Amino acid sequence: MKKILLALSLCLGIAGMLAADNPIQLNAAGATFPNPIYSKWFDEYHKISGNVEINYQSIGSGGGIRQLIAHTVDFGASDMPMTDQQLQQAGFKILHFPTVLGAAVPSYNVPGVTTDLKFTQKALAGIYLGTITKWNDPEIANANKGVNLPAADIVVIHRSDGSGTSFIWTDFLSKASADWKNKVGSNSSVNWPVGLGGKGNEGVAGLLKQTPGSIGYVELIYAVQNNIAYGEVQNASGTFVKASFDSVSAAAAGAAKTMPDDFRVSITNAPGKTAYPISSFTWLLIPAQIQDAGKRDIIKAFLKWMLTDGQKDCAGLSYAPLPAPIVTKELKAISLIQ
Amino acid sequence: MATSDTSVVVRPAGFWSPQAVLRRLRSGDAIAHMVTLVFGALVLLITVLLVGQLWTHSSASRAAFGWHFLTTSVWDPVFDNYGALTFIYGTVVTTFLALLIAVPLGLGAAIFLSELAPPKLSAGLSFVVDLLAAVPSVIYGLLAIFTLLPLLSTTVEPFLKKTLGFLPLFQGPAYGVGFLAAGLVLAIMIVPYIVSVSREVLLSVPADQREAALGLGATRWETTWRVVVPYARIGIMGSVFLSMARALGETMAVTMVIGNTPKISASLFAPGYTIAAVIANEFTEATGNLYLSALIELGLVLFLLTFILNGLARIMMAATESRGGGMRT
Repeated sequence: MKKILLALSLCLGIAGMLAADNPIQLNAAGATFPNPIYSKWFDEYHKISGNVEINYQSIGSGGGIRQLIAHTVDFGASDMPMTDQQLQQAGFKILHFPTVLGAAVPSYNVPGVTTDLKFTQKALAGIYLGTITKWNDPEIANANKGVNLPAADIVVIHRSDGSGTSFIWTDFLSKASADWKNKVGSNSSVNWPVGLGGKGNEGVAGLLKQTPGSIGYVELIYAVQNNIAYGEVQNASGTFVKASFDSVSAAAAGAAKTMPDDFRVSITNAPGKTAYPISSFTWLLIPAQIQDAGKRDIIKAFLKWMLTDGQKDCAGLSYAPLPAPIVTKELKAISLIQ
Repeated sequence: MATSDTSVVVRPAGFWSPQAVLRRLRSGDAIAHMVTLVFGALVLLITVLLVGQLWTHSSASRAAFGWHFLTTSVWDPVFDNYGALTFIYGTVVTTFLALLIAVPLGLGAAIFLSELAPPKLSAGLSFVVDLLAAVPSVIYGLLAIFTLLPLLSTTVEPFLKKTLGFLPLFQGPAYGVGFLAAGLVLAIMIVPYIVSVSREVLLSVPADQREAALGLGATRWETTWRVVVPYARIGIMGSVFLSMARALGETMAVTMVIGNTPKISASLFAPGYTIAAVIANEFTEATGNLYLSALIELGLVLFLLTFILNGLARIMMAATESRGGGMRT
């Protein structure tokens, strides 16, 4: 009898100990582009809160949206805003919260050219449509007076895997050229009229290095971290801007005035003299109604932390932080989560 | 007592009575029979379930495109228009090119290792060849990017263009990436399979076959080529089927060197796309239902392609089985 009581009390004691320190676990999945900073945020938030564990799987934006709609994860992450069709398919209201900014930059390998080339919007659209085929085409040469451009063929390189970077690039081209919008459109994967496909930023960079006369686009952070030379792009105001954290944040600030309440907006070709035209947000997708009160409070607290203290981590990992007007708007939008 | 020839079985009275069944179960044979039957059925079940899943999840795409899916060469995720022709072409061309290079190379190496090399050298080289088979495909892809592609774009392809440029096979700009690069990488990857299996099969040819040939006055090479290799023909074909299946489904190494462009071109220098490569590239980010369904239907197409090519190869093999002997592998 004594032995049974002793065993029972031991079990209860262990159960009690486990329950006391029980970490609250949330699951999230989605975009690969912000994975480094999300990992850092979730880790830091775990240290600050003591018992909150957010488990993030970077399976891709498409996967994140699918898992969110299937209720497998508590919230998702995507490099592209959800379309009206996807929101309708979800059946429940999903809120978008921008977290950091990303950008796509044009990189090239032209024999004899070591300076930064300037690209007009028409030049980039023409190159990727296949209508501009030589490096010394007037559209490129006129923007780069003084640079000796060879009469070599342009070899176009794009991403073969579905990616948010492709979405930013094609979204910009759709705005730069009505032809592109009608023929090709914008998505993470499109039917590219010309060009070779490289897998990942590394694939594109590798092809660029090996193919003389090539042009391709890579993610800004990748170009910065790997010292890849890239050119300037003409923005909506007509200025040639080189991508940097300042010019990317300026694009977001420029779009802040016309920002819709659900934050589902593309900021490519944003107004502003210093804005870099090929920039984009990346979003966290949060359900508007969360049944579990504990999870709801944690998500709201995390979002508040992310928008204020979390943004300080951006510089260390080479992400462009959100500009102040957007942060203010988002902090207000957190109250929409019920 | 049941005989071992299962076509004529004589069962005594009371064979199926509970006591008799229990008695048989306690003996080892019946249990072994049941367990191995279950395992065999499990393998079949997995294959059937796999095809079933591919079939059900591709229903949206099959309903939307029907048979046109196999004959259209457009792949447009923005306007939701999908067709498998370019990928089928790429898969078949790269596999065929790989087999064209790897089979003579592999068979030649296997003949050398089994017939002509001293035993120690043979054992050592075979060990190395088996190691090659264990190298992950991503490593082959990386090696190809850093060594093969520059070699192709600066030396090999210009040379082929200069000498054989009149053929449509060797025309067009030489990027380095393309069908030729993918075929070469696949050939390097499947050679170890051909070499190791063919070598085993050639070594198992009975000595009396060789001795009989030599006794009739054949030279060493004549014995090898006209007696030993035909005897081992079926095993060698088996290794070729295995390599073909690997080449059809190879993903990472191919997507790194083929240029990932869904276009059909006559030239080997042109970039292309294979079924496995496009699924690996686009599956994670595919958001639309029709898009996802089309990718899964591509998987189904690849499965059927492997099935058909294997079937054709086996028919061809059965048709040449006129001469007697030969071993089954």
